[in-house]
Amino acid sequence: MPPDAGSVTRIAALFQRYVFLHRRSIIRMFDIGFWPVMDLLIWGFMTRYLQQVVTGPVSQVLIFLIGAMIAWDVHYRGQQAVSISLMEEIWTRNIVNLLVAPVRLWEWVTASFLYASLKVVVVTAILAVLAKGLYAFDLVRIGWAFLPLAASLLLFGWSIGLATSGLLLRYGYAAEALIWGIPFLLQPFSCVFYPLESLPHWAQGIAGLLPSTYAFEGLRRALQAGSVPPAIWLGVIGLNALYLALGAALFVWMFRRARADGRLGHLGQD
Amino acid sequence: MNIVEVRGLTHAYAKHESPAVDHLDFEVRRGEIVGLLGPNGAGKTTTLHAVLGLLEPTKGSVLVFGRSPIRQRAEVLGRLNFASVDVDLPSNLLVAECLRIFAALYTVPDRQRRVQELIQRFELEPLARRRVAVLSAGERMRLKLCKALLNAPDLLVLDEPTLSLDPYMAQKVRQLLRTIQQERRMSILYTSHNMREVEEFCDRIVFLHRGRKLAEGSPAEVLARANSRSLDELFIRAATSGELVDAA
Ligand SMILES: Nc1ncnc2c1ncn2[C@@H]1O[C@H](COP(=O)(O)OP(=O)(O)O)[C@@H](O)[C@H]1O
Ligand SMILES: [Mg+2]
Repeated sequence: MPPDAGSVTRIAALFQRYVFLHRRSIIRMFDIGFWPVMDLLIWGFMTRYLQQVVTGPVSQVLIFLIGAMIAWDVHYRGQQAVSISLMEEIWTRNIVNLLVAPVRLWEWVTASFLYASLKVVVVTAILAVLAKGLYAFDLVRIGWAFLPLAASLLLFGWSIGLATSGLLLRYGYAAEALIWGIPFLLQPFSCVFYPLESLPHWAQGIAGLLPSTYAFEGLRRALQAGSVPPAIWLGVIGLNALYLALGAALFVWMFRRARADGRLGHLGQD
Repeated sequence: MNIVEVRGLTHAYAKHESPAVDHLDFEVRRGEIVGLLGPNGAGKTTTLHAVLGLLEPTKGSVLVFGRSPIRQRAEVLGRLNFASVDVDLPSNLLVAECLRIFAALYTVPDRQRRVQELIQRFELEPLARRRVAVLSAGERMRLKLCKALLNAPDLLVLDEPTLSLDPYMAQKVRQLLRTIQQERRMSILYTSHNMREVEEFCDRIVFLHRGRKLAEGSPAEVLARANSRSLDELFIRAATSGELVDAA
């Protein structure tokens, strides 16, 4: 259904609802201020140690570990925010109120994308400041390419989040583990901390299918050579478009399936 | 045109199970209060879900305002609203905040005033700055009813709305709904186990048992036809024998 005058009002209201989840909730603030910071401490200290024991040209690669960790968090937190906003509606048994309101599916999805983006921007800013202060790692060193590449990782997070949300609609709590599990499935093949060519042949085949692989290759090139080759941009843009389309299709398909078998009205009640 | 028109509605949750609703026909006319009545598992909630477009029935058709709640979803949903014992409002929001957010989702004009007016009508002022999470079951249901009236719906769908209310509050809520319904010629489709309430509140009842319609008419008509003194008696008879007219 096309946008109308009310779309902005509805999207803004849903966005506000998701942002309000963070008030009076220590657990939810952990998502922003605790888990990412703990990750940064581990990678930061490890990088420092490796820099002490290793000398020579590898140190360039080591510097990037912190940047890679921050960039992966963009994808990971983005994906989670999208799925968790839907999960939240199921947990609080509010989902039916939204499903019987004149809210279009795309408006709902847009609101959760905006919420995910805000969350990611806040987390990244916190991590960037801490990385600079604690480990003298400057994100700016990667250059302007960081912004579009990080945005592409967020976009990939949206797509995965959308697909997981579809499965939540169809399978309810049974699909909850996917929210936490899928990033762990993708990370080894996304070449976050090591270059694509270092992987065994079979793993390179899988890695080549993920837009995140191209984004991390791009980040490394930007740091080392100061520019990102067009082939990488092509992979980033093409694969992200594909995954977004697939994620949206799966979401709509699962929504329809859930409506056809009657699960939709009982979400959160089993 | 009927507000709700249900024809041959059949739905089975799983392929080889017997249907939860089986060839059901009924309608709700403008300004009418229709009660769906029947024992647990009779198919009341399933029927409401089909009316709300939450469920695409296996067979049969449902029209609301002459439109399909599946294919013309947003148009239909904008003119109706829903409250249920089984559906909660976001627990971390404040009462007034929650209503304002839902008013925005229904793009209600002059939202602040509308929210204020409903809060007063349902005597929720003292709770307006409380979190939804801390409300008692009865307070929560009043809030759900406020939410369900935000968009001044032409059709109000209620699933066991008075289940969690004490007799005094249940009475008040019924009176309030009656008043609002008459002011606006709103239609109400609702389910209840409370037979006394149904007798007093409904213009017409549809009596369901195992997904089928056993009887339909005004409460008095249904009682007379079944040769019974009260709906309570009828209810127990239906639940035990599956028939409304005593075999004996
Ligand atoms: N999600 C579901 N999956 C399978 N069966 C269901 C589901 N929801 C309801 N049912 C079955 O459908 C029948 C009708 O249920 P329902 O419409 O909820 O009845 P009521 O609201 O009258 O108590 C019951 O036998 C119930 O067990
Ligand atoms: Mg029910």
